[in-house]
Amino acid sequence: MALLSVRGLELHFVTPAGRVRAVNGISYTVEAGELVAIVGESGSGKTVQAQAVLGLVAQPPGEIVGGAVEFDGVELLSLPEERMRTLRGRRISMVFQEPMTSLNPVLSIGRQLTEAMRLHLQLTRAVADERAVSLLGMVGIADPERRLRQYPHHLSGGMRQRVMIAIAIACDPLLIVADEPTTALDVTIQAQILALMQDLTRRLGVALVIITHDLGVVARYADRVNVMYAGRIVEHGAARDVYRRPAHPYTIGLLNSVPRLDRPRGVRIEPIPGSPPDPAHLQPGCAFAPRCPYVVDRCRREEPPTVTFDDRHVATCWQTAALRPESG
Amino acid sequence: MSALLEVRDLDKRYRTRHGVIHAVQGVSFDVREKETVALVGESGCGKSTVALSLLHLIEHDGGRVRFEGAEFDQLKGRREQELRRDLSIVFQNPYSSLNPRMRIKDIVGEPMRTAYGTRGRELVERVREQLEAVGLGPEHLRRFPHEFSGGQRQRIAIARALALEPKLLILDEPTAALDVSVQAQVLNLLRELQRRLGLSYLLISHNLATVESIADRVLVMYFGRIVESGTVSEVFNDPRHPYTRALLDSVPSIDPSQRHRLKPLEGDLPSPLRPPPGCAFAPRCARAAHDCTARPPPLGSIGSREAACYHPLGG
Repeated sequence: MALLSVRGLELHFVTPAGRVRAVNGISYTVEAGELVAIVGESGSGKTVQAQAVLGLVAQPPGEIVGGAVEFDGVELLSLPEERMRTLRGRRISMVFQEPMTSLNPVLSIGRQLTEAMRLHLQLTRAVADERAVSLLGMVGIADPERRLRQYPHHLSGGMRQRVMIAIAIACDPLLIVADEPTTALDVTIQAQILALMQDLTRRLGVALVIITHDLGVVARYADRVNVMYAGRIVEHGAARDVYRRPAHPYTIGLLNSVPRLDRPRGVRIEPIPGSPPDPAHLQPGCAFAPRCPYVVDRCRREEPPTVTFDDRHVATCWQTAALRPESG
Repeated sequence: MSALLEVRDLDKRYRTRHGVIHAVQGVSFDVREKETVALVGESGCGKSTVALSLLHLIEHDGGRVRFEGAEFDQLKGRREQELRRDLSIVFQNPYSSLNPRMRIKDIVGEPMRTAYGTRGRELVERVREQLEAVGLGPEHLRRFPHEFSGGQRQRIAIARALALEPKLLILDEPTAALDVSVQAQVLNLLRELQRRLGLSYLLISHNLATVESIADRVLVMYFGRIVESGTVSEVFNDPRHPYTRALLDSVPSIDPSQRHRLKPLEGDLPSPLRPPPGCAFAPRCARAAHDCTARPPPLGSIGSREAACYHPLGG
């Protein structure tokens, strides 16, 4: 059984300007110890779906219209807030994009690191402090005793993100959800942090969901990938399959439109025309149809079907069969 | 080919409460006509400081800037204004660089009105041409910035930057704030405009793939200095400075079969308030030797390019 299973999740926001269909029936699973990527552009719903899964969407204005979320055998959407909160601190942790804003500037690193352990694991101060030192060591922070007494502004962006990771693993979670964990960091530091997260989660057997817009991050680190567009998962599969034989026109377009260092110089990048749709004004049919080079009439009228082919590779598209004639 | 822009020994210090930060140290480079030169590096390396001092948006503390053969720093009054028309900038974030209370026709028309006194029907006609050049139709003239997507806004910012027909355009992270799927549109537009108008670009970027896709030459900056320079293909295919190598290795490939298990660069940037005595990269460098910590290595020629390293890679 999957550690996390999201089925048909549908999330709307009720705004003065109308109903925004932010997440339109997405389903995915995360197995224990696995690294799953959710990739999409801004407005694709990748972040807000995770917030809905973790019970972090305020209702109203949010409204979970349908679906089910099961984590470690527990149904989350109907879980009372108090139990959900315990679960979030203890079994699921989160790492956010901005290490500058997700740490409290007026509390010491030690205090922030031990807070959850003392609350959730009922550790004494001395034991929690000791564990904090070893956690900082695990995330590669030198001189941990001194760092524990310091405040976030004493640390660089990379170090703050290391502290966030230490906090995330402090209570031995089963799942870490990381939302653009390296986007705010410099490239050389990004590589350090991603390698650290991959290494730690593998070693501790923690499942990791990375939410990102960066296809390179997905390809280098993820086992499986879900590509989101306009509130839907349009393609899903093993990272290498999605890269080698992308099945959805959006994924194909993305792979061709990103300037890349791993291709011969001078290969012309092919932009995807237009821009992503406004989730407040989604048209019937496939949301990618207005930008799609393979569009047929049907795409503009009817919801595309979910087509499954070799080895759990899935695309939601009317044209997938035509694009990949070899698949069943 | 003569240099359009010549920068020599540019120096900039910021005085802060905690001490002096030497943000740019002895930076020299040329931008020739119809050429794209990229300045790459991570945050804090000084690349934006260089761009802003070229535009006189901040004053530098030393060095010379020559533009079209004239000492740019010493020009005053009309002459300076005339020369400045040939130099323009596109900023990173089109959500903050366009005035939300101005209509597109005023945003794009303002430079022409201010510089040439163009008014009325003639101005509208010129704005219409500028918008057309960046792929936007005349129906947008009376709209406000919030009615546009990020990619369209960046097109508007480009149209405004091109309004006075500059020769050199500074592009400060022109696609960093845009959605992945529209970045390519803007890059292709910049390439096309360069070809059509014979523009020179100085591209400021931390994104190596973007640099590779549009630049001819690249200057790699670390901690306020240029550590390597050369043509993009030379520098990217065969970097000589260990920092350039590390930077290239840090970019994850989109191809999962190329998941090299490269060791990420260790450590952080040094504190600008306490710079290391020798090469600023030495504390993170696997090749660092005794001489590296003695004094900073000068930028020296290696074949057709330059690197500031006592123990360069390759041979």
